[in-house]
Amino acid sequence: MTTDEQKAIESEIYAFIGQEVYPPTPAADDINDAMIRQWAEVMDDNNPAYLDKDWAGNSLRGKTISPPAMMYVWGQEGFQVTKGRASNAMSNLVSTFDKHGYTGVLGTNVKQEYFKEVGPGDNVTIEMIIDNISERKTTGRGTGYFFETLSTFTDQRGEKIGTQRFKVLKFIPQEQPSAAATEDKLDVPTRIASPRGHDNKWWWDACDDGTVLIQRCKSCQTLRHPPRPMCGECQSMEWDSIESTLDGEILSYTELHHPKIPGYQYPLVCAVIKLAEGTNLVSNIVGCDPSQVHIGMKVKGVLEQVDEKTMLPQFYPA
Amino acid sequence: MSEHKTLSCAEVSVGDKLPAADIDITTGLVVCGALATRDFEPVHHSKAAAQAVGLPDVFMNILTSQGLMTRYATDWSGPEAVVKSVDLRLGAPNIPGMLMTVNGEVTALNKQTGLVDLAVTGENNIWGMHMQGTVQLALPKES
Repeated sequence: MTTDEQKAIESEIYAFIGQEVYPPTPAADDINDAMIRQWAEVMDDNNPAYLDKDWAGNSLRGKTISPPAMMYVWGQEGFQVTKGRASNAMSNLVSTFDKHGYTGVLGTNVKQEYFKEVGPGDNVTIEMIIDNISERKTTGRGTGYFFETLSTFTDQRGEKIGTQRFKVLKFIPQEQPSAAATEDKLDVPTRIASPRGHDNKWWWDACDDGTVLIQRCKSCQTLRHPPRPMCGECQSMEWDSIESTLDGEILSYTELHHPKIPGYQYPLVCAVIKLAEGTNLVSNIVGCDPSQVHIGMKVKGVLEQVDEKTMLPQFYPA
Repeated sequence: MSEHKTLSCAEVSVGDKLPAADIDITTGLVVCGALATRDFEPVHHSKAAAQAVGLPDVFMNILTSQGLMTRYATDWSGPEAVVKSVDLRLGAPNIPGMLMTVNGEVTALNKQTGLVDLAVTGENNIWGMHMQGTVQLALPKES
């Protein structure tokens, strides 16, 4: 992007600073116990200040209050948002960003400050403006701009209850090598991606290519796993690798029940396996009932595609 | 009112750790949290809508995270504490099946004003930090 192009975009987006998203709008319903009760039940919040009239009557406040974190709730638009929202300064700002390629969106910070407690019978009015937009920044997610909305909340007497600042990053999404290919297939969650760093990427890459390798010190021939840069025996940093036959024996194992993680098949047995070559490998035991798995069990590994994009050794009873 | 004790400034010191709390992230908590905060964005109640934006399942809305963070703070302080601010940085999504562990620590205390700052984190067991931030409470000066 040239400096002139960037200036042109910025003159468009900075024009939104100070624009009103919502003019002062009173909530359709006054603060009420029914909504507070629903909120408190879901949040598992038993604070007696919210619903216990007897306790609250004798408390320093003398009456119940709305949970402060409900401040934004009272003015919410409701179920109609599932059919789309009316355009306003914020949606216009977002579509301006989108038009110029800043299609990524990420809420990064939200800060609520409370100046006054309110309770049943009070009415909350919300007013929102676009308060500020940052200069162009490079972030881990991509290059973009932060914009911040400022909501101000007042009660029916015009007294200020609190404010909310909500910061959003609009960014040009970075190229995700596999994103385009899998975008329309995300209904099948995959396993958590293997962590491929400087010192272990080669091991995972070999799995992708169909072999399970064991790192070997070039100087003293000691095998080691998981992969790391230096031999623990002789401190040499020269290494190569051998291919494992995937014959092994279970040293220890556990069955994972809860929480069930998207992308994994259950029952899920994880084991530490002593390979015939001498190193240990953590993997899954499959092909038998979990109740049959035991320490000392002989197993044989097969490199399998376990989901859309992951190759892993899986071990069967030998 | 002994069953609802509120901490006073005199009982609190900087460095005090709050007890950890585990919160199971269920579909019920995500969907009902969204409805209880009148947040009807489809990504919080429709799995298909969440998957269309690249996540495996419905994910927790910000207002529920704010609610859980406030509840964690006032569970510790007791009901006479007045919540002054919740400043929250958002991290990885909370998805059904995860377990979020919330921790907190007293990081500032002003005995004159009764204001106490709690650094609170909520980390889930799969993707890590979901929320971190500061809750400021005003505590009674004496019990």
